[in-house]
Amino acid sequence: MIKLTLPTTPDEIRKLKAGDEVSITGVMVTARDAAHKYLVETEGEDVRDLLKGSMIYHCGPVVRKGDDGKYTFVAAGPTTSIREEPYEAAVIDKYEVRGVIGKGGMGGDTLAACGEHGSVYLSAIGGIATTLAQSVKEVLDVKKLEEFGVPEAFWVIRVENFPAVVTMDSHGVSLHDQIEKKSRETYDKLVK
Amino acid sequence: MDHKELTGHFLELIRRASTVVPPDVEKAIRQGIENEGEGTTAASTLTLLLENCDKASDASTPICQDTGALYFFIDYGPDYRQKQLREAIEEATAEATANYYLRPNAVDSVTGKNSGNNLGAGTPIIHFHERDEDGLRVRLMLKGGGSENVSLQYKLPDGRLKAGRDMDGVRKCVIDAIFQAQGKGCSPGVVGVGIGGNRDTSYSGAKEQLLRDLGDTNPDPELAKFEAQVLAEANSLGIGPMGLGGKTTVLGVKAGAMHRLPACFFVSTAYVCWAYRKAFMSVKGSEVSYD
Ligand code: SF4
Repeated sequence: MIKLTLPTTPDEIRKLKAGDEVSITGVMVTARDAAHKYLVETEGEDVRDLLKGSMIYHCGPVVRKGDDGKYTFVAAGPTTSIREEPYEAAVIDKYEVRGVIGKGGMGGDTLAACGEHGSVYLSAIGGIATTLAQSVKEVLDVKKLEEFGVPEAFWVIRVENFPAVVTMDSHGVSLHDQIEKKSRETYDKLVK
Repeated sequence: MDHKELTGHFLELIRRASTVVPPDVEKAIRQGIENEGEGTTAASTLTLLLENCDKASDASTPICQDTGALYFFIDYGPDYRQKQLREAIEEATAEATANYYLRPNAVDSVTGKNSGNNLGAGTPIIHFHERDEDGLRVRLMLKGGGSENVSLQYKLPDGRLKAGRDMDGVRKCVIDAIFQAQGKGCSPGVVGVGIGGNRDTSYSGAKEQLLRDLGDTNPDPELAKFEAQVLAEANSLGIGPMGLGGKTTVLGVKAGAMHRLPACFFVSTAYVCWAYRKAFMSVKGSEVSYD
């Protein structure tokens, strides 16, 4: 298990290889569809400084607001990443994002952007909502809550030992593509 | 049993289904960890699944945030009536939602509005079977949307799969469905297979297979052989937990057959993700037991 602290640098990220299991500590930001559109179409004033050297988490959390006005994450599993494929390469470039965390992997443009800029894609485990929510130690801030709503807003969170696996590295390797290809060979033997 | 008491037992059944991993599923995941071997990503992913289940049952919070659709299968004796059971289930479902055991998951398909309490047209889903013996046997399954989306129905013969109207054709369909679920429904899952029947009974037959114990053996030797073969073949695909590679792609394959029309041969797969939530309850007089 590799310990990764945020913010980080392209040099640190380039040490990671597809298949590495990591445990992430530091500040990251959630972003889904509306947030990605906003990042590409504007200068992203609200989150620009937070994203630099940090990671984006594809997550639509269930959030509880306490009587004191403080937010806590109740469930925080990853959501399907491929929906952000049209935006992600531009977001990595423009905001110097070092990692993208989600579920299911992403496409060729994102893989190329990871190679070019020294970034990675990491898979979080789908369905382990309680574990992931418990690794979110603090909700530091939320941006665009009114405009985007709870699941789509930018939640600025401090995580401790957040478990994930590097599945697309900065050396052009995608574990998703490799496994798809290998399983297809077996599939063809079994079915055709 | 009076209405209030009955409702309370249904509420407890829903709580258990949402927050406690069934023993057979836990056992199958543990077996998966052993098969994958220490130090592999697959083994550590499976270990994280079990850790999450422990935390969920300790905190009495849902195993997965998508608490799915509710499927009740009820065998009831002459001392119960369907209407009475339906009312108790609906009340328990709304209460379970208010208690955060269930996420509000019932959306009006025309207006897009979420009912907020999991009640609505066609939900929860209840299958009633009358029996001679007094009392109740209730089987409940919660099935998430991600896994429902990767369930499929085939019509044999299937040209793309070169699948004919025989058990080998059925086998090809099931392998295809598991391959297509890659990276989508959170694996390792369990696949229920409905062989034959009509469009609707084929699907619901597949789903009912998911209520079997993962460790059981099909009483029909032909189907038992089929299940073992498909399980081994599916796990040779190398898709693994969460599609990150490994030997544990599915935890079980359960198949049931129905008579069909001469002109029709449907094969349906009901895929359920690793967050395979089910709970059972028996009622006899005033005695209630959960298993
Ligand atoms: S597929 Fe299953 S484990 Fe994954 S998010 Fe949906 S309900 Fe949860």
